[in-house]
Amino acid sequence: MKSRGMDPVLSTVRLTVREAVHTLSSSEDGGCIFSTLGSLKRYLGETENPALPEEQEEFARIHFSTFLRCLVGKLSPDWLELLPDGQLEELWASFFLEGPADQAFLVLMEAIEGAASPSFRLMKMARLLARFLSAGRMAAVMEGQCRQQTEPAFSLLQETLLSKVVGLPDHLGNRLQRENLAGFFPQNYFPLLGEELLQALQVVVESLRGGLDCSVSFLSQVLGKACVHGRQKELLGVLVPRLTALTQGSCLWQRVCWRLVERVPDRAMEAVLTGLVEAASGPEVLSWLLGNLVMKSKKAQFVMTQKLLFLQYRYTTPVLRSLLGYLAMDSQRRPLLIQALKELLETWGSSSAIRRAPLAQQHYISKAILVCLAHLGEAELQDCRDELLASLMAGVQSHLDSSLPSVRRLGMIVAEVASAQIHPEGPPLRFQYEEDELTRELLALATPQPAADSPSEAGPPVAPLTAETPNEEMVSSGGPQAQPEGSDSELDSDDEFVPYDMSGDTELRSSKAPVYVRDCVEALTTSENWERWEATLRALEGLIFRSPAATQEVSVELAKVLLHLEEKTGVAGFEGLRQRALVAVTVTDPVAEYLTTQFYALNYSLRQRMDILDVLTLAAQELSRPGRRQKPPQRGPPGPGPQPGSPATPAWRAVVEERIRSKTRRVSKGSAGQGPAADPNKFNSVAGYFFFPLIQLFDRPLVTFDLLGDDQLVLGRLVHTLGALMYLSVNTMVAVPMGKALLEFVWALRFHGDIYVRQGLLSAVSSVLLSVPAERLLADLPDELLEAQSWLADVAQKDPDEDCRTLAIKALLLLEKLRDKLLPPPPP
Amino acid sequence: MVAPPSPPPPPPDPQFVLRGSRSAVHALHFCGGAQGQGHPLLLSGSLHGLVHIWSLQTRRVLATLDGHAGKCVTWLQTLPPGPQLLSQGRDLRVHVWDLAEGRNAIVDSVCLESVGFCRGSVLACGPQRWMLAMPGKGGDEVQILEMPSKTSVCSLKPEAEARPGMPMCLQLWQADSSPLPLLLAGYEDGSVALWDVSARKVCSRVACHEEPVMGLDFDSQKARGVSGSAEKALAVWSLDEQRALQVHGTHQLTNPGVADVRIRPDRRLLATAGWDHRIRVFHWRTMKPLAVLAFHSAAVHCLAFATDGLLAAGSGDQRISVWSLYPRM
Repeated sequence: MKSRGMDPVLSTVRLTVREAVHTLSSSEDGGCIFSTLGSLKRYLGETENPALPEEQEEFARIHFSTFLRCLVGKLSPDWLELLPDGQLEELWASFFLEGPADQAFLVLMEAIEGAASPSFRLMKMARLLARFLSAGRMAAVMEGQCRQQTEPAFSLLQETLLSKVVGLPDHLGNRLQRENLAGFFPQNYFPLLGEELLQALQVVVESLRGGLDCSVSFLSQVLGKACVHGRQKELLGVLVPRLTALTQGSCLWQRVCWRLVERVPDRAMEAVLTGLVEAASGPEVLSWLLGNLVMKSKKAQFVMTQKLLFLQYRYTTPVLRSLLGYLAMDSQRRPLLIQALKELLETWGSSSAIRRAPLAQQHYISKAILVCLAHLGEAELQDCRDELLASLMAGVQSHLDSSLPSVRRLGMIVAEVASAQIHPEGPPLRFQYEEDELTRELLALATPQPAADSPSEAGPPVAPLTAETPNEEMVSSGGPQAQPEGSDSELDSDDEFVPYDMSGDTELRSSKAPVYVRDCVEALTTSENWERWEATLRALEGLIFRSPAATQEVSVELAKVLLHLEEKTGVAGFEGLRQRALVAVTVTDPVAEYLTTQFYALNYSLRQRMDILDVLTLAAQELSRPGRRQKPPQRGPPGPGPQPGSPATPAWRAVVEERIRSKTRRVSKGSAGQGPAADPNKFNSVAGYFFFPLIQLFDRPLVTFDLLGDDQLVLGRLVHTLGALMYLSVNTMVAVPMGKALLEFVWALRFHGDIYVRQGLLSAVSSVLLSVPAERLLADLPDELLEAQSWLADVAQKDPDEDCRTLAIKALLLLEKLRDKLLPPPPP
Repeated sequence: MVAPPSPPPPPPDPQFVLRGSRSAVHALHFCGGAQGQGHPLLLSGSLHGLVHIWSLQTRRVLATLDGHAGKCVTWLQTLPPGPQLLSQGRDLRVHVWDLAEGRNAIVDSVCLESVGFCRGSVLACGPQRWMLAMPGKGGDEVQILEMPSKTSVCSLKPEAEARPGMPMCLQLWQADSSPLPLLLAGYEDGSVALWDVSARKVCSRVACHEEPVMGLDFDSQKARGVSGSAEKALAVWSLDEQRALQVHGTHQLTNPGVADVRIRPDRRLLATAGWDHRIRVFHWRTMKPLAVLAFHSAAVHCLAFATDGLLAAGSGDQRISVWSLYPRM
């Protein structure tokens, strides 16, 4: 290695630069400065007589930054106006735009950092930086770093460069504040950076083709850092579509791309991968971009198989599909997919996860399982069948135990699909569930995506069309009798026969229903005549309302019969009929005492216990409805006969009635047109019978019934029922002790693990707040209220279930309102 | 352009209701007043043996005929020449009444030999001459009489191996092409047979129902007929040129039991009387259901169409409802 001092060429360069710096700092003569700068321009090449290559290199390596700093130092309005027409400025700027990009960039950033906040120099430099960016010099900055052989001396420079390149929008935003230029906004800068990155990659690919060695590690770092800064959308939105197109046809591009992602530092890997998975349009794209990255990088494997599947759940189904599809596409990666399926099923089946994980995450995991299953073949599943089946069965069990219908349904769908896949030769599992948007989406996931989209999508709509046309012809020609009759002259007018409403045409029941309530008891218990049994059941509600006195004599007996009634024949709407009859009995002669004791009695099924709760709620609702005497419930179609007020005529009736009213002077009927008369709340006298027996015994387990143990579904219903009873006993005397008891009950159960129970507790708190008068709440239950408030605040923040959080917030709002009511704002 | 389907209109109400027969109505017949006295009449036969003559103008009973010894009147038919009425009762008699000029006297009677529910049928053969088909003796025969001479023309006895059971309903008719009288008979075993009366042989027989045929009507112009039985279906059958009956299709009903079927004289509507208290109306050509008339509170026993399209239905609830549906345009 030769020393610089001894090389005559290099000392010439140093001398020229020193002279130029001197001239710049002392001279006020525009022409002189111009010619000095022009002489230095030779070292940048691109003039008619460029300097020798060694000189150029020496200038770029040693003197360029110093010289640029000197140029920055001279920048002032007077100095630029030494020559007319901005000649000097143009020449000045050309050094930044044409010289070695990395140094120019660093000096620019440094100058911007150093300039006084709102100043001429700052704005000039910022505009110059904008020009620098729009001239595509950022690509040159990055290219330069790719060509560098990684020497330890450079790593510091690279580090600085990296933070400046990625942090440019932040720096500029801080410096320029409101004067910031549009080009420096992150939403504009990062897409540009993406373009430049691509440009740099292009150069890398070109030079690799030319046999030159190159390193993409700086590009990887830029990519990683930008993604860590949360700019995946802007950067990858530009990068991924272009890379998709480029990698599709070229192995070299694929290799460069794989390398690019591989070299991303571990701490940025997650950000880059999540961005890529989201931006990629399918598993193939992901495969082109990433290669077998998951096999090479532990971090990448962790992100792809753990983080994206188990720890996060915000990704859409297509993202999930391309992620798992990527794992399935290569034989090396397939073991990972099987492993992922095992773990997914394990998580899916864990009862604690079902209880604690948010519903959205359970959906996500179920979706992932279905996608995995669609990708895996029978042979692969065979190997780990027992393991999978074990976790599946445990999972189905715990899902079906859940008290949330949507969780149960998830269990059913996954169980159906998974059992069919894992155990195809076994009897197919079938559940009954309602179809909706979500179930259809899930079931659609279970069918493997066709490899090529376009032909299969174009296929189905065409096929049925061609298949149907001959069918139609066959039908019309197959009915020859239609033609001869068609020649009838009546044809045209026949179409005007508009059918009447035939909805009343139901099956006729010949059997006579009993006429007395007392007979119903006998008919329901002993009758072997099923038609009579059914007719009795149908007539019972009306009978009870018509003859309350007769009902009171047999009410408990009737309630007992109804409660134990089983559906022996396929009577349509049996449950509803039985429930309505029970409600009618309970309303007519409150047998609540009987029902509430039966709730805690032995030898009832869960179904019956829940029926008791439903009946109590409905009866309480009916009893507390004001003006219920005026409107006895009318059910079933109105009897046959002429109906003058048929639905077609209300308009004219209204008109006629209005006219009559306006022309008639009423003397006696003063209150004819008013609403329902005020009526004492019938629930007032019996609310205690409904409520207290239910709340007393919940913590005493029976042989067959353990509310605090396995029967949490019933507990949830019980809590909801108590809340409803509390709400319905508004304006009753007993509301205050009820509220107290209910708050204590809530306090005892507040950390219950089941979501449905917690939801009930929260709504119970709300109904206490609504039903108990505010003054009494404050006077009698201040401690309970405070405790409840802190619990509510806790739930509102931390509960995993969204509905629970919402309910807690609602209850908190009610508390707020309560406080506002008691402490009215001071008058201004 | 297809207009959005509007909700169907609510079922219609009867035009009027005739009350006062004081027992279940089992027979109805419109007596076209156009050529007669000018007043359209409705004749009804009751369970207790009375025949009421209703004026459709005043909607009151004009006269009551008592000739069946308190036994149910099952069939009423006016004869084409002049105001003569045939009434069949369960007292095993068919009376011929003279109703001209306010008279109401029995002028003739025929004895029946079968106690079944089968209604008779008449066919005019010439001026003052008509043919009467009645259930005959032996349980499975149909007797054909020449009236008014009451001479027995023949007795149509099914072949021994056929065993169709009793005849349940009869309809005499003549094809347009030939003057030979033909008889359609519905039997107890659910089959419908076409008899050539002059040749005394069955032209064709087809099993339409599982249960006894309760009523049939035939549209000679379209060579298509319909029958109802105790079961939950109507059968539509047709007759081809070779006089062969074939079942065309069945039409399911909501409730079992059809007491009577009638095709409107303009052959556009079909009405059925249901044991389920309802009258059902169909478009006769397409068998499209048009209306279910739920007015009566007991089984509907009989139906009659007037020549102007009025429909009357008699029911076990002692009322006669009169309907005007889809009036002719």
